Formats: sequence, C-alpha cells, structure tokens
Amino acid sequence: MDYNIAWFIVVGLLLTGYAILDGFDLGVGALHLFAKGDHDRRIMLNSIGPVWDGNEVWLVTAGGALFAAFPEIYATAFSSFYLPFMFLLFALIFRAVSIEFRSKEDMKAWRNFWDACFSIGSIMAALLFGIAIGNVILGFEIGADRSYQGTFFDLFTPYTLLTGVFNLFMFTMHGAIYLTMKTEGALKQRVERWVLKAYVPFVLFYALTTVATIYLRPAMLANFSFGYIPQEGTTHQLIIDHHVLISVLAWLVVLLNLLAILNIPRAIHKNRPFQAFISSALMMMAIILFFALGLFPDMMVSNLSPKYSLHIYNAASSQGTLKTMLILSCIGLPFVVVYTTIIYRTYRGVTRLDESSY
Amino acid sequence: MDVEQLSRLQFAFTAMFHYIFPPFSIGMGLLLVLFESLYIITKKRIYETITRFWIKIFAANFSVGVATGIVLEFEFGTNWAAYSRFVGDVFGSPLAAEGIFAFFLESGFLAILLFGWNRVKPGMHLFATIMVAFGSIMSGFWIIVANSWQQTPVAYELVTDAQGFTRAVITDFWGVIFSPSSMPRFFHSIVGAFVQGAFLVLSVSAYYILKKKHLEFAQRSFFIALLVAAGASLLQPAIGHISAHVAYEHQPAKLAAFEGLYETQREAPLYLFGYTDPETETTTGLAVPGGLSFLLGWDTDMEVKGLDQFAKEDRPPPVNAVFQSYHIMVGLGMLFIAMTLLALWFYFRSTLFEQRWFMKLFMFSVALPVVANQAGWYSAERGRQPWLVYGLLRTKDGVSKSISAEEVIISLVLFALIYLLLFFTWLYVLDKEIKHGPDTHEAQETAYPDRRERIDVLSKTLH
Ligand code: HDD
Ligand code: HEM
Ligand code: HEM
Repeated sequence: MDYNIAWFIVVGLLLTGYAILDGFDLGVGALHLFAKGDHDRRIMLNSIGPVWDGNEVWLVTAGGALFAAFPEIYATAFSSFYLPFMFLLFALIFRAVSIEFRSKEDMKAWRNFWDACFSIGSIMAALLFGIAIGNVILGFEIGADRSYQGTFFDLFTPYTLLTGVFNLFMFTMHGAIYLTMKTEGALKQRVERWVLKAYVPFVLFYALTTVATIYLRPAMLANFSFGYIPQEGTTHQLIIDHHVLISVLAWLVVLLNLLAILNIPRAIHKNRPFQAFISSALMMMAIILFFALGLFPDMMVSNLSPKYSLHIYNAASSQGTLKTMLILSCIGLPFVVVYTTIIYRTYRGVTRLDESSY
Repeated sequence: MDVEQLSRLQFAFTAMFHYIFPPFSIGMGLLLVLFESLYIITKKRIYETITRFWIKIFAANFSVGVATGIVLEFEFGTNWAAYSRFVGDVFGSPLAAEGIFAFFLESGFLAILLFGWNRVKPGMHLFATIMVAFGSIMSGFWIIVANSWQQTPVAYELVTDAQGFTRAVITDFWGVIFSPSSMPRFFHSIVGAFVQGAFLVLSVSAYYILKKKHLEFAQRSFFIALLVAAGASLLQPAIGHISAHVAYEHQPAKLAAFEGLYETQREAPLYLFGYTDPETETTTGLAVPGGLSFLLGWDTDMEVKGLDQFAKEDRPPPVNAVFQSYHIMVGLGMLFIAMTLLALWFYFRSTLFEQRWFMKLFMFSVALPVVANQAGWYSAERGRQPWLVYGLLRTKDGVSKSISAEEVIISLVLFALIYLLLFFTWLYVLDKEIKHGPDTHEAQETAYPDRRERIDVLSKTLH
C-alpha cells in the first residue's frame, strides 16, 4: 500500500459520502414537484434544509482533494466535460438559491417558479453525474497531451444516457426513502408509495446498466474475475498478488448488495424507514466500490491508446504532497464526522415547521 | 476573442461576482457573534431581537455566496487545465484544506445558527455562531494562501517527468502556506470584509432611524456596527502598507503600476489622483513629491524601481486600469476613516442620530466597501498580469487546450444571465426582509410564551 493507493481510497470515500448524502437531497428535489400543496412542499424543503449545504461540501472537498492529489485527473475531467460541467454548475446554483428564496414571498407564481428551479436543477444534476460516470467507465478520447480530443456530442451515447437515467432513479428512490423518516401522516403514506414506484425502474435500470457495462467493457470485471478476464490497460501488482482474496471479497459485496436491494421494500413494509435508508446507502457504497475496483489502478481510461490513460501514478502529485495532505486529512476527517453527527442528531426525527423554517 | 481572453473574462466576472457576498458573510459573522454575546451576557430581549433579525439577512446573503463559490472551485479545472496541471501539487493542497478544515465547519454549524434557535440551548447556539464566523474566516485564509502563492511563489522546485511535462512541486509545505504575501493579504482582506459587513448593518439601521421605526433596535445595532467599522477602517491602511511593501519587494512591476511610476527615480512622487498615458508613458495628476520614496523607505531620496525596468511584455496591461482601481480603494479607505470617526464624535456628543444628512449618507454608502473590496482584488489580480503564476507561468500558457471559444461564449453568456437574475432576486429578498423589519419582542412574547412551544406554531396555523 502506498500513498497513491491511499489517496485513491480517500477520494473514493469523499465521493461515496457525497453520493449518499447529496444523493438523497437531490432525490428529494427530483420528487419536489410531485408534492401537492404549499405545506407539503415546505416539509420536503425543510427536511433537507439544515443539511443540504453540508452535503454539497463533500463534492467541493472531493474536488479539492482531486486537485491536490491527482491534478491531472482534475484538469482532464473538468476541461473535457466543459459544457456538461457548466450545466451541472448552473443546476447546483439554481438548487441552492431556490431553497433559500422560495418561501420568502407569498405570491403563488414566485413559489412555483422557485419550486420548478429546485426540482429541475436537482434532476439535471442527478442525470449529469450519471452521464459523467458513464463516460469514465467507457473511457473517452484522451490524447498524448492528456487533453480531450473529442467533441461535446461524443459525450452523449446511449450507454452514458443509460447511466444518467439509472443514477436519476437511484437518487430519487434514495430521496424518497429519506423522506419516509422525515414525514408523518398522509404525506408519509404518499412518500412510501413513491419509494415503491421508484424502486421498480431502479431495479430494471440497474440490471440493464450492469449487462450493458459488462458487454461494452468486460475489463470492468477484470480485477475481480479471479484472474480470468485480462485487464486492458494498466494492472497493479497488488491485484496480481492478491487476486483470489480481492475477488472473493468483491463477490461477497455483490451478494450483500443484492440483499440490501431486496431489503428496501421489506423494510418500508415493516415501517422501518431507517433500516431502508441504511440498505439504500449500503447499495450505493457497493456500486461505487465496483466502479472503483473496475477501474483501478486507472482513473481515466483513454480509448485512443492505453498508454494515454491516466492512472494513480502518472496523474498524481509528488510523494511529499501526498504524504503531507494525507496527514492533514487524517487530522481533519474525524472532525468532519463529528460535525456531521451533531447536525444529524440535532435534526433527527420528523420535520416540522417553525418560524425559522424555509 | 480567443479562448484565453474569454476565459479571463469569465474568471474575472465569476470571481468578482462571488466576492460581493463573502465579505458580507465574514463581516456580519463577526457582528452576529458580538450581538449574541451581548444577549447571553446581559439577557436583554432587545439583543435577542437584534441577533435574530440579522441572522435572517445573513442567511439570504450566505446562500448566494455558497452557490457562486462552487463555480470557482471547479473553474481552475474547466478553463485553466494547463495551469492546474502545472501548479496542482502546490495549489491544490490549500484548496483541499479549505474544504476539510473550513467549509465543513462553516456549513455544519450554519445549520444550528439558522434553524437551531428553538432546538439547542442558548450557549450552544452562541457556540455555533462563533464557529460559523470562525469557519468563514478560515475559508478566507486558505483561499488567500493559495492565491498568494501564485502572487509570490516560493518553496517549490520545477520537475519534469518522464513524459516531458514540467510542473511545480512543493519543497516546504509551511513555506507555501506562509509565502511572503500571504499573511498581510489575508489580514487585509478579512479586515476589508469587516468593513463591508459593518457598513451593511449601518446602512439598514440608518434607514430605520430615518423612518423613525424600531428605534431602539436600530440605534443599538448602529452603535455596535460603528465600533467595528471604525476599528477596521483604521487598521486597513496600516495592513495595506505592509502589503505594498511586500509587493514592492516581490512584484515590483505591480507596485509601479499601482503608483503609475514609469521612470525609475529618486524622490518618487505619491499620486493622490491622476491618470497615466500609455503613449507618452507619463502620469499626470496631483502628487506629493517624494511621497512614494518616503513611504517605501522613510527617505524621500530613496530610488524606486519604475516600469522602465521591465520589458513591455512583462508589464501589467493596461497600467491605467490598475492605477485607477488602486487609487479608488485607497481613496475610499480614507473616506471610511473620516466617516466613522466623525460619526463617533457625534455619538459621544449624543447628536449622532439627529444628523439626518449623515444618516442618509450611511444609508447609501453600503455600496462603497463593496467597491473598495472589488477594486482591491482587481488591482491585485490585474497587477499580476501577464503572469498567472508570477514569474513562472504566463496567463496565455495556463488555459485549457480542449475547450473552444464557442463553448466559453455559451457558458459566459449563461453566467451573465443567471447572475443577473440572482443579483436582483437577492436585492428583492433583502429589501423585503428589511421592509418587514425585526419582530418586536412583544409579538414574539405573545405568540410564543415558552421556548419549547414555538416549534410547530406555524404548521398548526397552516393546517
Ligand atoms: C485561488 C485563486 C484565486 C482567488 C482566491 C482569486 N483569484 Fe482572481 N484569478 C485567479 C485566481 C484567483 C486566476 C485563476 O489565476 C486568474 C484567472 C486568469 C488569471 O489570469 O488569473 C484570476 C483572474 C482574475 C481577474 C482577471 C484579471 C485579468 O484577466 O485581467 C480578476 C479581476 C480577478 N481574478 C479577481 C478576483 C477576485 C475579485 C477574487 C476574489 C475572490 C479573486 N480574483 C480571487
Ligand atoms: C487605505 C489604504 C489601503 C491601502 C494602502 C491598501 C493597499 C493594498 C495593496 C497594496 C493591495 C495589493 C496587495 C497585493 O496585491 O499584494 C491591496 C489589495 C486589496 N485591498 Fe487594499 N488597501 C487599502 C484600503 C483598502 C480598503 C478600505 C479595502 C476594503 C474595504 C481594501 C480591500 C482590498 C482587497 C480586498 C484587496 C485584495 C486582496 C489582497 O491582495 O490583499 N483595501 N490593498
Ligand atoms: C494612506 C495613507 C498612509 C498612511 C497613514 C501610512 C502610514 C504608515 C505607517 C504609520 C507606517 C509605519 C509602519 C512601520 O513603522 O513599519 C507605514 C509603513 C509603510 N508604508 Fe505606509 N502609509 C500610507 C500609505 C502608503 C502607501 C500608499 C504605500 C505604498 C506605496 C505605503 C507603503 C508603506 C510601506 C512599504 C511601509 C513599510 C516601511 C517599513 O518597512 O519601514 N504606505 N505606513
């Protein structure tokens, strides 16, 4: 284990934190317009009111961590996906200010406008994240100068659209599950129906995405195939040395992932919303783990030539920086966990409105 | 326009727009700490009213600051990819540290500051307020550290890898954090933010005083903010000096442009105002002879390096823009000192709140510190040109290779439209909160007899 691997893991953890936490509030946003009536919509907004900002910081920190540890990835990723990324930023801007502005004025048109901005912003963000992940899985045209050689439209293929829609359903379901912990009465019953309605397409798209991924890029399975499927690009000595152990563990996670998915409707039925939420969070963790394991040690694959691919060594900062920053992260991240716990504890339970609510 | 110019325009626009909001948040953060401490110490309800009203104004501002800040975090990657590859090893670290040490702190305790009044004990709430204020200052610290390194790069070496890419690598982490300009620039920016936050409170309070509404609320808010504004305004030139000295030592072309000094000379003049002429390379205006030499060396006879020491392509273009923005900042700084000291003088003669003309002046001057802060950054960043990393990397070499001018035009136009909408909505929401005014504590008292019971009052009435 070296610093580069440690940073691959840290970035992975930050992105997992982001997906699980901001995933549910993007999901709540995607569902926002389905809630009828001002009171219900305010409950939805205030259910994420105290936490959405902190959740988004996971993205900002993941960005900073990428910049510090893997500057080549930071530079290539954001300049390659320039326009989609700008749209993502616009979506996030609208979401953030809608939450703040929406309830400041009683006019119906005002509230409807910001409700729409909030919801469309959330949907766009969820789709674009999925599309970006799809492109990273398939690989894209990275040239010898480490810059993107393709065009805007090359980023949208049937496969990447598929991953986009899959991500949207996953976040929507996750958001609905979160809402079951935060609502009561009639609204809660409606939210439980949303969970089940999102669950069916989620499972379908999950299956479809898995099949398409294995068909289009079998190498995603290479690292946990007991050595049967060859890795296309770079292979890490660690994988070669421990392929049995890693494969066994990975397949165990596959199994747990299946159980977690099956547990979601069961837990909702038994009225155990927190259990459903944990299942859904574990499922998302597992997906990111497969994604990371599928790529490792590459981070961005070039489909022009494997030698242009960016991996955890040629994309990384110097050893000195990786070491210093790892120490700083080890000091900082426990604090992050403490704040996060305090906030979620303070605002645990059903959401109700008071005079400081949105 | 090409990708480079468009990207510069876009970065300047988004950064300057962003920088409207953080100084309000930082400055008001300090004031909230003061207001709430007074409430906890004196237990007077008026301070509760004061604290809770300014929290609402703070919140509206904070969220726009957050929304526009995310853009900047990623813009180095989108538009300045070559730069990001070159400096990532050095520059990425403070940016990551900002997320880990400042943003999480800030956003976490913000939740308690905004929604926790009925949920947590008063002591805990004050603690949260202090943490938010501290967190926002720390985020300023890390980003200014990052920016200062690109102004005065030290503690790095240039390394070329196997594939022939050259980049800067840290040799001493603390050396990067405390690069020569970082501390003066950090204090100068934070104190500038205190001025801006305090002037917002002064302006709104002056409005109530003029309208003869919420008088006790307004006068107390005004006085506390006045103390902060006066202290910060007095500090500002002193810190600015240290910055100027650092700039002279490490970025002499920049300081020469600030001062419009083309010719290297003894007895260099200090211009109070004027303009520079790029054709004749002269500066015309009202000047204190020998003033600049005196300030830089305590000796009117000291020789000061002018722009003639630098090749044309190494000078910040155009000199006049930097000269003017720098002088606007310094001029406004003098004005703030004059205004706040005069106001204190009136206050101690107990006639301050009768001076209607003066209250009007305060009401309108909320825009001035915004201008001063913008002018300061404009001078610092434009004065750094043509370098992206001073002396190491030119701006034209830092731009992303894979983006096209059309793409940047699309994003730039959309930014312009969206930010325009945001700006006016923000003004509208603030205006509404201000017109609504603080909830008087009689109203709070009757509506909510007991702290605990306040939760849910609204949802019950809505049902
Ligand atoms: C962490 C780094 C950083 C920080 C904190 C800031 N800037 Fe900056 N600025 C840059 C890093 C940078 C840059 C990436 O280096 C740019 C882009 C192009 C360039 O030449 O420098 C730049 C350019 C740039 C320009 C354009 C100069 C020109 O092209 O003529 C302006 C006016 C500003 N910035 C203003 C600001 C303001 C108002 C900031 C307040 C928050 C600010 N900058 C913070
Ligand atoms: C009154 C005398 C002042 C002096 C002599 C002064 C001096 C300076 C100098 C030399 C710089 C450039 C530093 C560098 O680029 O290395 C600067 C930047 C700046 N100034 Fe001032 N300043 C003064 C007042 C103010 C005031 C009143 C404000 C705002 C309220 C302000 C806000 C800023 C900001 C935000 C920057 C950019 C950040 C930085 O580079 O520090 N300044 N100032
Ligand atoms: C705005 C009115 C100004 C006032 C009231 C003022 C006041 C002062 C004072 C009291 C000091 C003493 C600090 C010490 O002993 O080190 C000082 C130092 C300094 N000032 Fe100013 N100053 C002003 C403007 C400027 C300007 C515009 C510049 C930039 C050109 C400047 C550059 C400096 C420098 C470089 C020092 C440090 C000198 C040293 O190291 O001894 N000052 N100033």
